[in-house]
Amino acid sequence: MTDTEILAALAGHPFAQGLAEPHRELLAAGCKPFRHAAGEMLAREGEVAGAFYLIRSGHVALGTHLGERGAVPIQTVGAGEVVGWSWLLPPYRWQFDARAEDAVEGLAFNAAWLRGECERDRDLGYHLVKQLLAVAAARVASARLRGLDIYQ
Amino acid sequence: MKAEANPAPAPQVPAVARVRAVRRDTADTFTLTLDPPSPNRDVRPGQFNMLYAFGVGEAAISVSGDVDDPAIVHTVRAVGSVTRALQRLRPGDAVGLRGPYGSAWPLDEAAGKDVVVVAGGIGLAPLRPAVYHLLRHRDRYGRLALLYGARCPGDVLYGDEFDDWRRRGLDVLATVDRGDPTWRGPVGLVTALFSRLDLAPDATFGLVCGPEVMMRFVQREFEKRGVPDDRVYFTLERNMHCAVGFCGHCQFGPAFVCMDGPVFRYDRIRHFFSIREA
Repeated sequence: MTDTEILAALAGHPFAQGLAEPHRELLAAGCKPFRHAAGEMLAREGEVAGAFYLIRSGHVALGTHLGERGAVPIQTVGAGEVVGWSWLLPPYRWQFDARAEDAVEGLAFNAAWLRGECERDRDLGYHLVKQLLAVAAARVASARLRGLDIYQ
Repeated sequence: MKAEANPAPAPQVPAVARVRAVRRDTADTFTLTLDPPSPNRDVRPGQFNMLYAFGVGEAAISVSGDVDDPAIVHTVRAVGSVTRALQRLRPGDAVGLRGPYGSAWPLDEAAGKDVVVVAGGIGLAPLRPAVYHLLRHRDRYGRLALLYGARCPGDVLYGDEFDDWRRRGLDVLATVDRGDPTWRGPVGLVTALFSRLDLAPDATFGLVCGPEVMMRFVQREFEKRGVPDDRVYFTLERNMHCAVGFCGHCQFGPAFVCMDGPVFRYDRIRHFFSIREA
């Protein structure tokens, strides 16, 4: 992908909606396109959360493992969504596994770089925190509704 | 002396059907196949029958089989005394049957359009006759999709038919609330499956059945995508006793679910969906 294509891809992702132009350009310059084949891991529970992913296509299963019972998916995220907020919160370790369900493409940010930019430019940091809060709120709502066991 | 004409049968007197087969679907759900008491029954997808477990009571159960098949098929969840009694039936046993009753899915109106079927849990049962109809008349419709949510992989209803439905032109997407190591599909709410669809809002019909809280959230997804309220249909479940509008147990606002429903166009019940006890 060219720099222009990366900028366009970032601008088209819901997570970047509302970003000021200079911030969008900064983030576009700091991210890299990635591609994972089905079954590949984007994140492993407990390991250092070194990246933040914007998903452009494909699906990622967030999950954990139950020892001998194997890996258990907890939630699936797809195009227009993100993987990971562990990169923003100490101790910066993944809370869950993230495995590509199918071919996944998107944009990846180096976590340390992105944290540094958020600290340096609080407007950018505030915007990203608001966006991540919206993601977290949606996932909490999903977890709450599933917790209701509505099909019981 | 003139012979008197036979009086019409009382509307609440059941005929006797015989159980042809019983199939266990999930831990608490089973499907009864019944030989009808009389031929030429005109059943439409979405309608229901009253099944009478002799000596125990009646329950309103949606038709879940192919309405073009002479056999009558009902998928039942064993949750109360009547449905548990129905669960104990075996081939050859007798069961009381009244019906069919109620409104049907708008399958003729949807001709030429895309149809998105959204079901949760046993809510797929009243929609399966619609799926059979859509696939039998596949060339009459645009794109067809089924979004289905279940509690866990073991509770997925009719999962053994999904591949056949896919081959015949239905895009089947199934998700579960709680995955397990065997599950390879999505995990999350059924509403999350909407992001996998490319909806044409002015050419889409939505047919929805599941818990009402699920249907509320599904409606929001249709609304977000611009599908008009008069193109979305819900089937409601209420405490139906007489099924013929006498008793009023199933009243929903000004409507009786047994007669005006169970299939309702959303714009006609929208107001009552926002009332906590309707």
